[in-house]
Amino acid sequence: MTTRIQQLSERLNAVLSSKIEQQIENVGELTIEVAAANLFAVCLQLRDDESLAFEQLIDLCGVDYSAYGQVEWETDVATSSGFSRGVEASENGRLKFGDDVTETNNDRPRFAVVYHLLSVKYNCRLRIRVYAEDEAMPIVASVMDVWRVADWFEREAFDLYGIHFEGHPDLRRILTDYGFVGHPFRKDFPLSGNVEMRYDEEQKRVIYQPVSIEPRVLVPRVIRKDNRYFNPEEDEA
Amino acid sequence: MPEIRNFTLNFGPQHPAAHGVLRLMLEMDGEVIQRADPHIGLLHRATEKLAESKPYNQSIGYMDRLDYVSMMCNEHGYCLAMEKLLKVDVPIRAQYIRVMFDEITRILNHLLWIGAHGLDVGAMTIFLYAFREREDLMDLYEAVSGARLHATYYRPGGVNRDLPDVMPQYKSSKFRSKKETDRLNEGRSGSMLDFIEDFTQRFPGYVDEYETLLTDNRIWKQRLVDIGIVTPERALQLGFTGPMLRGSGIEWDLRRKQPYEVYDKLDFDIPVGTNGDSYDRYLVRMEEMRQSNRIIKQCVDWLRINPGEVMADDLKVAPPKREAMKADMESLIHHFKLFTEGFCLPEGEAYGAIEHPKGEFGVYIISDGANKPYRLKIRAPGFAHLSALDEMSRGHMLADVVAIIGTQDIVFGEIDR
Repeated sequence: MTTRIQQLSERLNAVLSSKIEQQIENVGELTIEVAAANLFAVCLQLRDDESLAFEQLIDLCGVDYSAYGQVEWETDVATSSGFSRGVEASENGRLKFGDDVTETNNDRPRFAVVYHLLSVKYNCRLRIRVYAEDEAMPIVASVMDVWRVADWFEREAFDLYGIHFEGHPDLRRILTDYGFVGHPFRKDFPLSGNVEMRYDEEQKRVIYQPVSIEPRVLVPRVIRKDNRYFNPEEDEA
Repeated sequence: MPEIRNFTLNFGPQHPAAHGVLRLMLEMDGEVIQRADPHIGLLHRATEKLAESKPYNQSIGYMDRLDYVSMMCNEHGYCLAMEKLLKVDVPIRAQYIRVMFDEITRILNHLLWIGAHGLDVGAMTIFLYAFREREDLMDLYEAVSGARLHATYYRPGGVNRDLPDVMPQYKSSKFRSKKETDRLNEGRSGSMLDFIEDFTQRFPGYVDEYETLLTDNRIWKQRLVDIGIVTPERALQLGFTGPMLRGSGIEWDLRRKQPYEVYDKLDFDIPVGTNGDSYDRYLVRMEEMRQSNRIIKQCVDWLRINPGEVMADDLKVAPPKREAMKADMESLIHHFKLFTEGFCLPEGEAYGAIEHPKGEFGVYIISDGANKPYRLKIRAPGFAHLSALDEMSRGHMLADVVAIIGTQDIVFGEIDR
């Protein structure tokens, strides 16, 4: 299995070396990072080059990295206070409408699109990550002309994350309700949503109103550094 | 002369042939489909976002509710992705149990598919036949997990518990006579494995019955042959996986090509279609049921003679034994931490994919080292298949759309997530 990944990595370097910004290999999976400007050309080559032949796009999804590494309870130093239930909802997704957003991560662009490719011919998989440079208006090229299946996947990423796909002919919302406002999978979108729906007896119709549910945390989000996964090489570097 | 225009037909979301809550906007020229625009999302529950707010082990139950006719396979995909990052080794017995239940699930799924597909196209009897067998398989789910549908049986590192020694039996009541009860309990006198073996011996006969009803049936063939033809090239372009891809003649099965668990030790064949029409996909799925039956039989034989652990020996991931927890402080702490806080996945990302009855079901986890996923993406096979509905139904008649929805094996739990 490892040799297969090394072979793939070599083939990728031979064909696309100048366009690949980073190659990461972890748990038997290969990830490449590509600049948004090169994405379409890279995808076309990945599909059409004889030595790569990624005929299938298995998955495409958006990612919002703004809350990466944020925790609700610090565990690396001893604390005198315990975490009591639902007291501090510091995670962005648990804020109520109008609350201030905690500071976001700035070491990488906020939005990324991740592609999972499969080559039936060579029986191998590849992951591509593309960061959208502009946070306010994330734009990535559409790969619908490379793999037809990208159509709905891109509509989904647009719907849930607000990532725009340049060249997509029909970028409508797909999963959320007709007339929905906002992009629900962004980390600053509350888990309970902004509005709730009910039937109003007086107006004799269904109305929307601000949510009445209190966001609360049952289990805090913690990061524990487990020495079994400690990688000495990484630490030295 | 009046102007002739296309008209738009609204199909669903409440329609028995829509297999759930599919809303189709069909642009029709007479009775011929010009364009089909599926509106989905009426069952959207944001499973992926919910999972981001819960520890990993609390989301297993959500996976059942994705594709709610092949429950355990969904759990399997999720557990595989976690195990990849955790680097836990699953005991061999647990692997066999998982494979056996994956195949039981495949039969469950295909039985529901053939029943519903038959109903859509006008074959009433097959539905009743299929549900007769589903009953036995649901009893297996119940015996092993306590729930007939949403089992939550798989765990990262193995399965929740070993197979039970006795198979639960029916009791007679004023609605069920003694004679009837005895007939139902015939195969249930021994252990669960005895009952499964009894089932695997009966099942090929049942599939023969279905085939007698359908395979050479004139009406069935008129409704399926040459409907929704997909060429191998288009099938790849459209992201087809599973029986949809194999029906188009591409031999691709993750169980064989990228084997997980113990599939590389088992003997089974992969059926492939030639024409890529609905009839070929029907034949492929029927043969898959027979092959699944073969796999189950091999698993039963292995499980009989190889007792052992069904959970990884890793206290950070697997709960300690009940007795140890009562007697040993260390185990008590582990138990407490595991059920209050869950376990943390090391930082990184992993994609776990399995050959789900409908196609490739994948779970993509991004972890920042926390006890909750940073991002969980579920790759549902039905999503890609339904997106091709437009292309598959163009130029067909209205009634054929129903046959195409049937042949795609659509379930909205996984498409809308």
